Amino acid sequence: MYQFNYGYELLELTKKFNKPISEIVMLAEQERTGEDLEVIFEKMKKNLQVMREAINKGLNEDIKSVSGLSGGDAKKLYARIVIGNTLSCETMAKAAASALAVTEVNASMGRIVAAPTAGSSGVIPGALITVARKFGKNEDDMTKALFTASGIGIIIAKNATLAGAEGGCQAEVGSASAMAAGALVELMGGTPEQCLTAAAFAIMNLLGLVCDPVAGLVEIPCEKRNALGALNAMICADFAIAGMDSVIPFDEVVETMYRVGKAIPSALRETAEGGLAKTPTAMRLKKEIFEKEKRGD
Amino acid sequence: MREFSVFDIMGPIMIGPSSSHTAGAARLAKIARKIADDEIKEVEFILYESFARTYKGHGTDRALLAGILGFDPDDERLPRSFEIAKELGLKFKFTESDKEAPHPNTVRMIIKTSDGKTYDILGCSVGGGNVLLKEINGIEVEFTGEYETLITTHIDKPGIVAAVTKVLADCNINIAFMRVYRHAKGDKAIMVIESDQPIPERAKEVIKNIDGILNAIILNPV
Repeated sequence: MYQFNYGYELLELTKKFNKPISEIVMLAEQERTGEDLEVIFEKMKKNLQVMREAINKGLNEDIKSVSGLSGGDAKKLYARIVIGNTLSCETMAKAAASALAVTEVNASMGRIVAAPTAGSSGVIPGALITVARKFGKNEDDMTKALFTASGIGIIIAKNATLAGAEGGCQAEVGSASAMAAGALVELMGGTPEQCLTAAAFAIMNLLGLVCDPVAGLVEIPCEKRNALGALNAMICADFAIAGMDSVIPFDEVVETMYRVGKAIPSALRETAEGGLAKTPTAMRLKKEIFEKEKRGD
Repeated sequence: MREFSVFDIMGPIMIGPSSSHTAGAARLAKIARKIADDEIKEVEFILYESFARTYKGHGTDRALLAGILGFDPDDERLPRSFEIAKELGLKFKFTESDKEAPHPNTVRMIIKTSDGKTYDILGCSVGGGNVLLKEINGIEVEFTGEYETLITTHIDKPGIVAAVTKVLADCNINIAFMRVYRHAKGDKAIMVIESDQPIPERAKEVIKNIDGILNAIILNPV
């Protein structure tokens, strides 16, 4: 009764039952699994807690990735925010720092929520928790927004892909950004249509983004792209709430993302054989890490 | 169209950095620990292809050892598994192989238990934290660890499958998937049964006593 494969089906359900996306997604989950709504809700709340813990850890502790390639940048940005010196406004800078924080925690073998993947785990917490804090939203509001995000993610997973190896970074950070954008719109009281419009804008803005991780590790440029994905989600949510139209409907944008992903050469789909991964510096870093592995340091 | 749970999309909660190279590795080793079904004294991990090339950058080595210690992929002790294993007196070793493997992310785990048995288990991490077990003690198998799984070792002879499935039927357990694997006719064989319901311990004990059954273990979903 509540199942959906496409954005237009999800919107029809929200109209038919006069409920926001988050509730339709929860009911669909209940219908599929037979679990109590409360249990499903609490499980999602746990995800939110892990996201918040990761942000706090990344902003306040000295993080170093396992490879030594990255870490500590979230803390650096946070220090600028504290003294009020960032060029972006405080909300934007905080969202960026929070997204960075989660991805740095991920690279340092800390605990995160794959949202939808480990490589894009910073986008949703960065955008959602920062915006929720600014507007005084509570734990339940944020948990609901995570269901909205999941509903959008389910549609993308069904009709395109969430894997960088298949669709490039647009499939990971792009999808996460679309999920976050829709979640923000619902959090701020927007309509279901506006949620999907924001998600469509988010993918359109990141269409074609390649996956080219230095040394094959989810660090450079992935961490900074997570910050970009979080900010993109906020801008796109603003677009939709302001009443802008994406012109190309969400479902067609998702299909486009899949088609573009197929057209991206394999060297730019997580194989670390193209893009930034192929630069002289990246090759040197890869060799250094690789040799360290051989020596067993 | 494939069905997804919201928690396939928003989740799992895991220790980073990689669902295939970290979370999947921990799950593989945790399944291996359950197959060994006894105190583990020593383990050697033989790493193939992508696992062999990138295991340190992804913390695959620590994740594998954490799984052998019984930790889940979201256990925050995972990065300290080397230290914890040393404290417990568990010996471990990592060997890089340049041989080909069934999948880019493949590991062979050679486990020695305190009762003197050796287990040789091959598995692959196939993406998103999902895994496939491919070999147990030289016998080819294939299962995911996502279901309640009963694994028997037995002598390949008539009647064994019927006897085992009768025990399960008597416990009102529905079999989701089932396969039998063997070295050679009349030799040692392995049966893997994945079920929709939890398999009670008493069923395992009854199965162990069936003539021709050498061992039976139950893996809860990992």
